[in-house]
Amino acid sequence: MNVFDIIGPVMIGPSSSHTAGAVRLGRVVNKLIDERTLKKVEITLSGSFAQTYKGHGTDKALLAGIMGYKSYSPEIRNALEIADERGIEYSFNKENISGAHPNTARIHYYLDDGSDGVMQGASIGGGNILVNQINGMTVEFNGDNNTILVMHEDKPGVIASVTNLMHWEHEDLNISNFRLSRLHKGGEAIMTIEIDNPPPDSLVDDIRGIDHVINAILIRRV
Amino acid sequence: MLEYTSISELVQEAEKRNIRISELVLEDQALSMEKTSLEVYEQMELSFHIMMDSVKEGMKKDQRSTSGLTGGEGFLMNEYAGKGEGLSGIFMTKAIARALAVAGCNASMGKIVAAPTAGSCGILPGCLVSLYEDRGFKEDDIIMSMFTAGAFGMVIAQKASIAGAQGGCQAECGSAAAMAAGALVELMGGTPSQCADACAMAISSQMGLVCDPVAGLVEIPCIKRNVSGLAIAFSSADMALAGISSKIPVDECIDAMREVGEALPASLKETAGGGLATTPTGRKLRDQVFGSKGV
Ligand code: SF4
Repeated sequence: MNVFDIIGPVMIGPSSSHTAGAVRLGRVVNKLIDERTLKKVEITLSGSFAQTYKGHGTDKALLAGIMGYKSYSPEIRNALEIADERGIEYSFNKENISGAHPNTARIHYYLDDGSDGVMQGASIGGGNILVNQINGMTVEFNGDNNTILVMHEDKPGVIASVTNLMHWEHEDLNISNFRLSRLHKGGEAIMTIEIDNPPPDSLVDDIRGIDHVINAILIRRV
Repeated sequence: MLEYTSISELVQEAEKRNIRISELVLEDQALSMEKTSLEVYEQMELSFHIMMDSVKEGMKKDQRSTSGLTGGEGFLMNEYAGKGEGLSGIFMTKAIARALAVAGCNASMGKIVAAPTAGSCGILPGCLVSLYEDRGFKEDDIIMSMFTAGAFGMVIAQKASIAGAQGGCQAECGSAAAMAAGALVELMGGTPSQCADACAMAISSQMGLVCDPVAGLVEIPCIKRNVSGLAIAFSSADMALAGISSKIPVDECIDAMREVGEALPASLKETAGGGLATTPTGRKLRDQVFGSKGV
């Protein structure tokens, strides 16, 4: 914690959890989409998000984040209009996602290349977030650090290959958090790796080249 | 590096070195954030400028919240202050107008600096912008004092809480008032231990304040609680400067605040399940915004 966690963040109101945190959840999706073109998003709001989203501008905040705006961007106020202008379709619906944190959103995005993806995460207070699921797999990261997601086949040695590469090829990379989750034994698995330093550009490409790795994505701090 | 787990630690260290708490904190934060003191100072300067912009924005006549439940409070209070007949004097009435304006700016999706939260964002600027604009304090002293406020907030966040959902409104508006009280004393030339006393008296004054936002929105009573927080910040600072000390040491007040926060029922911690939120009018206003069916 530093002094700007207390005198700060600078943000568009009214609520750090329902507005600023929502922008950051949206920004995770923005990072997942990367340079590709977004066509449509279906946003599911659960718990308190579902109840109060209109008064807190949670809908605008999520959409603004998805489009890449930050929690202090005044454009949040006009996010719906901006999405219309950009030709992005959007819908909001309410559903009780059982067992989820009260401020949870699930964002299903569709790209113009025909691919799609789903992210589910919660705004846990003070603008902090926790991403719980990506494409149906359990992850756990807060977006405060640079996070690398590695989708891979659940085979022995894959983790070692990835961490060895990080250590031997990119020596100063220090892992601050590591988590593995898989759908079932031998099936698709996902590594969540948080690192302290900004990663070199070539890292993700290098990881993609490892055997049994399906894809790797870098989510820079949101 | 400092731990920020006790305010008396900050006071002792500052008094030992014969410097202000803010100087100690700026130096320490630069070190821990691996930046220069100037860079850290400039980031705080930016925050102060945004606070002044939020005052202006929220003072506009047509300021309305996103939900439509509130709006125009800063404008009305400022008009009233301008007449110079306010019971609490021109200085205070104008300060109240500023706190209302910033809280209103927040409710209408304007840009604010959370201090420590969005709901309580009007208290610190209400105090500091008033000293800057109406009392001729120098901008760099004001900006420095924000480091003292921030440091007190860090201790409260670590030892108790600054989230209404965890500790009730004492954690938000209470913490903001306590932080502002410390900053005010430092600006007025008080000693570090007087800063701590002001902080302690502000916490004591809002001990147990519940979080009961109507419709779950950061508007009612939040906007006006920024005013009570501001008034308590000023009165606690004045008591400390008059030489009145807190009988309970500040760190013990913070411990008590945590204990009280834990003891508060969930219905009074940001769930809109009690207090003003569930009064007949509170419910009616909720239905007015979200429709009577709820979810
Ligand atoms: S009542 Fe609750 S939401 Fe409103 S300012 Fe206080 S703590 Fe924040």
